[in-house]
Amino acid sequence: MTETLTDPVAPGTAVPVLEARDLTKHFHVRRGRSRSTVHAVENVSLALPRASVTAVVGESGSGKSTLARMLARIITPTSGQLLLDGKETPTGQRHRQEYAGRVQLVLQDPFASLNPVHSIRYHLTRPLKIHHLADGDLDGAMESLLRRVALDPPARFIDKYPHELSGGQRQRVAIARALAVRPDVLLADEPVSMLDVSIRLGVLNLLADLREKSRLAILYVTHDIASARYLADKIVVMYAGELVESAPSAELTDSPAHPYTQLLLSAAPDPARAEPPSLAGRGTPPSLVSPPSGCRFHPRCPHAMAVCREQRPPSVTVSSGHTAACWLHASDLSPAQAKPIAKEAR
Amino acid sequence: MSAAVAPVTAGGGPVNGPLHLGDPVLEIRGLCVDYGVGEDAVHAVVDASLTLRRGQVLGLAGESGSGKSTLAYAATRLLREPGVITGGEVLFHSRPNAQSGPNAVTGTADLLDLDEGELQRVRWSEISVVMQSALNALNPVASIGHQITDVLRAHRPDLNRAGRTNRAIELLEMVGITGDRLSSYPHELSGGMRQRAMIAMALALEPQVVIMDEPTTALDVVTQREILEELIRLRDDLGFAALFITHDLSLLIELADEIAVMYAGRLVERAPSESLFRAPRHPYTHGLLNSFPPMHGERVAMTGITGSPPDLRAIPSGCAFHPRCLHAMDRCSVDEPQLVPLSHGPVPAGRSPREVACWLHDPRSAVPVPEELAQPDPAGPAPDAPAAQQQEGTS
Repeated sequence: MTETLTDPVAPGTAVPVLEARDLTKHFHVRRGRSRSTVHAVENVSLALPRASVTAVVGESGSGKSTLARMLARIITPTSGQLLLDGKETPTGQRHRQEYAGRVQLVLQDPFASLNPVHSIRYHLTRPLKIHHLADGDLDGAMESLLRRVALDPPARFIDKYPHELSGGQRQRVAIARALAVRPDVLLADEPVSMLDVSIRLGVLNLLADLREKSRLAILYVTHDIASARYLADKIVVMYAGELVESAPSAELTDSPAHPYTQLLLSAAPDPARAEPPSLAGRGTPPSLVSPPSGCRFHPRCPHAMAVCREQRPPSVTVSSGHTAACWLHASDLSPAQAKPIAKEAR
Repeated sequence: MSAAVAPVTAGGGPVNGPLHLGDPVLEIRGLCVDYGVGEDAVHAVVDASLTLRRGQVLGLAGESGSGKSTLAYAATRLLREPGVITGGEVLFHSRPNAQSGPNAVTGTADLLDLDEGELQRVRWSEISVVMQSALNALNPVASIGHQITDVLRAHRPDLNRAGRTNRAIELLEMVGITGDRLSSYPHELSGGMRQRAMIAMALALEPQVVIMDEPTTALDVVTQREILEELIRLRDDLGFAALFITHDLSLLIELADEIAVMYAGRLVERAPSESLFRAPRHPYTHGLLNSFPPMHGERVAMTGITGSPPDLRAIPSGCAFHPRCLHAMDRCSVDEPQLVPLSHGPVPAGRSPREVACWLHDPRSAVPVPEELAQPDPAGPAPDAPAAQQQEGTS
């Protein structure tokens, strides 16, 4: 299936480039003789349409990085499907390179993800050679890559080593390396959190540019909900391995439907806030070895009801394109199910 | 050693009243810090002057390498080799309380002149530090309770074993950790609890000054918010002054009473938080504020600041920010602007005048101040209401 740049179908309506269905990852851990299972990601479905940015927001341990790594096929899901252009991707090592040619991952720390003993030239040559993409003109290909990530003039950067570049420049090299294989999907795991504040926007704007000009499907994993609102078309919020809410980004931040999203927003720094916020649902995320029954947020939730303790909440459509996995938005609850539960009883 | 025995309240509550709120407690004047010596020395902090007032949270904002941590560590004499303090003074106006113990330092002292013995009496009991990484700062093989009682054993000879344990439990409960966690080891606590334990330890002797270096940076937003709430409550109860260092300017605006912004080792602007947010005067502050996407309103493209922070080994001439500045003039690449008061009107007691280091605001400058750097200051250009005796916490 080939797409042209003049594809008239609006993002969201076409078949997404990459789609995850019910991805689940359980890590089996052994400590001494005891075995346990970490329920890191549970039944997450996500679609990455062409020419759009989807942000995954969550705290540490929410499973957002595990999700990104499953989408990159670095981690094999325990169950669930990955669909590329609507077709299930063949598993097995043989197809890995083919998949990597379509889906690329950019990591958080450009100090760690670039090899300090190799020049930028080497880093960019590798994917071009491995994927047979240079067509003889390696230098030309590398120069255009560096220009695309605004490292201009390329000659100034190409023979430098990672330590000779600033953090922002290094992250741009990491993005250029990912772009070398001409992917359709770019997975960016906290790409700006290690960078200095004043240069973060530059990298975010670069991602926005790649969405517009190269029509990439981008996954932006972050803990910073303000930057997700800035960059993304859609935000999904994860809590304790589950997807709790999904909506167009301005709608999610302006009218959050899930109590956890509301908590996150009230805790996030906001200089424009007049009054100090009041946090509803204090505390910390649960252990993923024995996650709470029903809704994983119920032990902290200010609105927890009897049903929240017993059953996993369904994904409820709050408004067009806005879903929340929360019983508060379910319509036909019996009075017994809707009975509030005391904090101590959870 | 055992000269004047101060009144002792074993595990008592706050003793200091609101009498001295707003008075300077730590005055940093012209502090210069180099890394290395001679020709190759890197000037990490250049001519920094700051006043920390009682009951105040002073935020110190800057990017990595701006010298914000170096400034704090130099001021408390915690700076390690190859850091060298090459000039300036750090005046500590001590007014010890009962929790300080019998050996407390009274009166004004220049911390840069104190010998090791005197420093030991000031550190922790009067000025304490909370580091960024609690996991590195806490001893992994000693329980939390052991580490807190250790502090008390060193500085509070008047407390016996039971008194120390009681005080340790009281401190943990003060920061929201139950007393039964006393026997826990650092690895058994979550990141947030470790950071709370650090704060409990820093407050163990009810210091007059607490210096916090990115205390919540490694934490998730909910935990961060909880700890900051706790911190403000403790500040209101105990009346200490806090120097809060972070790169997160958006957080500081909510938290701090006053903010100082550093760039390439220099203080470039200092103002009350609200004024700094609504009416920044330095182009760098303005750029930094515009690097944080807002949580509300129309989504518009933002640019941040072009270029990247300078290498301290090759600081640009004149104003260090001029290569990245949208309003740079010829003069900016030649003369270095000094941090000077913006207006010459009266300043209320317990406050410092608003200051900026930028040629755009030089009264002799022929160039009009760009509009975005001339927004009306919510605190007023020349604040009236003089002699407000105490500055209330603005949390």
